[in-house]
Amino acid sequence: MKVIMVCSGILAMVLTTVVQAATPVGLPAVPVPKNNPQSPDKIKLGEKLFLDKRFSADGTVSCSTCHDPARAFTDSPLKVSEGIKKLTGTRNAPTVVNAAYMEKQFWDGREPDLEGQSAGPFINPVEMGLKNHEPILQIVRSDPEYQKLFKKVFKASGKQITMKHVQQAIASFERTVISGNSPFDRFYFTGDKSALNEKEQRGLQVFLGQGRCVSCHTISQTHALFTDSRFHNLGVGFDRINKDVKELANAYQAARKKGIDVDVEVLTNKNTSELGRFAVSTQLRDLGGFKTPTLRNVAVTGPYMHDGSMETLRDVVVFYNNGGRVKESDPFFDFQSGGIRPLDLSDDQIDDLVAFLEALTSPEHKK
Amino acid sequence: MQRRNFLKGAGALLAGGVLPVSLVEVAFGKTKTENFTFAYISDSHIQQIKGNSFVRSFDRGLIRAVAECNMLDPKPDFVIYGGDLAQLGSKPEIDHGLEIMSACKHKVHYVLGEHDYYLDLGKYWQSQLGPHWYSFDHKGVHFVVLNSILVDDKWINKWSSGEERMGVMAGLDNPLGSPFMVGAAQRAWLKQDLNKVSKDTPLVIFSHSPLQKIYKGWNFWTDDAEQIQALLKPFSKVNVFYGHVHQIQYNQIGNISFHSVMATAWPWPYPSTYSQAGSHLPKLTVEMNRADPFFERDATGWQFIDVWSGNSTVQYQLPENNTRTVAFNTKSKRPEDKQYQSKGKRIPPQDHY
Repeated sequence: MKVIMVCSGILAMVLTTVVQAATPVGLPAVPVPKNNPQSPDKIKLGEKLFLDKRFSADGTVSCSTCHDPARAFTDSPLKVSEGIKKLTGTRNAPTVVNAAYMEKQFWDGREPDLEGQSAGPFINPVEMGLKNHEPILQIVRSDPEYQKLFKKVFKASGKQITMKHVQQAIASFERTVISGNSPFDRFYFTGDKSALNEKEQRGLQVFLGQGRCVSCHTISQTHALFTDSRFHNLGVGFDRINKDVKELANAYQAARKKGIDVDVEVLTNKNTSELGRFAVSTQLRDLGGFKTPTLRNVAVTGPYMHDGSMETLRDVVVFYNNGGRVKESDPFFDFQSGGIRPLDLSDDQIDDLVAFLEALTSPEHKK
Repeated sequence: MQRRNFLKGAGALLAGGVLPVSLVEVAFGKTKTENFTFAYISDSHIQQIKGNSFVRSFDRGLIRAVAECNMLDPKPDFVIYGGDLAQLGSKPEIDHGLEIMSACKHKVHYVLGEHDYYLDLGKYWQSQLGPHWYSFDHKGVHFVVLNSILVDDKWINKWSSGEERMGVMAGLDNPLGSPFMVGAAQRAWLKQDLNKVSKDTPLVIFSHSPLQKIYKGWNFWTDDAEQIQALLKPFSKVNVFYGHVHQIQYNQIGNISFHSVMATAWPWPYPSTYSQAGSHLPKLTVEMNRADPFFERDATGWQFIDVWSGNSTVQYQLPENNTRTVAFNTKSKRPEDKQYQSKGKRIPPQDHY
């Protein structure tokens, strides 16, 4: 009897460590890589690193500058992110919320995971602007607080502390930034029929049916990530390069062979940025393709699209209703994804759909 | 879905097809310095709904193929259009298809498909594009375009109108269709045409239907395939490329390598979920068991074809899927999938009828 009780005690301890917190309604368990298991201390260290402005060239920018916890981990309402000295990049900051579920990171998927993603902005000239990662290591190796935490989490001190540890800690923290439990989730997954009003329910039907939204912003039977983790050319921003696309693509391919830094190139060159996924894969099929973002908390993370070019959710819905055109008189681009087509939604349907999108906000991010 | 194929000339033939287009690099041209490439687009099935309204997804497939074709670097020497430009062979459909093709910056050689033919027996197609069969030489390679979708006169004349005849032939797995053939007149022409060509000249044959017998129920079939193959037999390097099937196929019969190229319109077979409300896809009675109907490029793709010393190595680029390589095995003397099929599981290539 005594033996059995001891065993179950150990089991309970193990479970708490692994699970951390209950998964919110509407989300699956967070995938955690085997080589970077979660632990409370690592998460705490990751959060500290995430908030630390000293890791930028002039001490003004941290991860949280563009991924502000108070703005659902974005820099809304900025169109594109501002780094050191108010320098701007080319892309709208995607939220960290539920990024843990993404199969690839960044708008063009140029990093496979959060660990890889977290190292980029430090050394991008228009983001945190460091020349290399050395200044970060100097700080974490000498700051007493960090010394204590790195020792505890990674059993590392002095030169044993590497960027890999820094990246793993930040990623661990980001894996706790998950949000579900929106009115939609309560309606759809727990059967609370009062969670969505009639207008929002009609909007859900547009989302699933005539609006064709769910084709890419996926909902499964047990959870909804609202992304297919794929890359699509919607026609957003493509007019900038459509005319010279051949020259630009060929020039980029040639530059890639010579070994340019993709991360720097896509954030500092507006034309290169619009090549989208192609800038990573150099495959023609990926020209102008950008990753499908999640729609959770979309009502509080505007403006929208990879370049922040659309101010309101209604603008976005009208854009899709026009078959991927801001105005009906705009042209269709040859490289636009074949899945994008005019939707023939009425004004009422558009309003309903916007109302539904506004019901995707999690309680902790509601303004 | 689109395909691109390129040919390069000098000792190896390399064909590749990507999404909408196939690229074939022919590296077995006679003069070793003259590698060249050509592109290959096929099976767009441009379909008129009413007036100026055409099926959008089929339009977009061809538009995309042409756009990618224009991006190719190095530039292809020419483009092959593999047939079935139109769905029901009408003037508006052929005109609309050619309008889209007019954006292509390269010389295009057209192959006739059954969907271009059975309304008016290819009259309008011919008025716009010329003869139904022909040959040409390019940098030491002899190219032949055949009309492989003919049937006997009895079937042709049994219908009350061209529309009815076209409608029946357009049924994808319709038993009322009739087996395709190249026919005696064209075979006589082919024999004469090949008489002028030395036996060590590399041959590349384009047909719409496969010049081999695969499955009669879907008309993946050419009734006089054996007779055509006999005419090709004396040549040392023969590659046949065909459209029509909208899927990956490869085979080796004697000295002849067969490869299909993919379609820009739809995959075959498609899953039940692929055709949603308002779809204009032709009716299919046997559906594909496939996991991801929402992924528009699923079951489409393109291939790089390296025809080394006249033998093809085809690398299939499958969107968001593992690349497959089908290469000529010099020991067994047939194309084989290098990775995905152990010998026990492999479907034997056809070597009899």
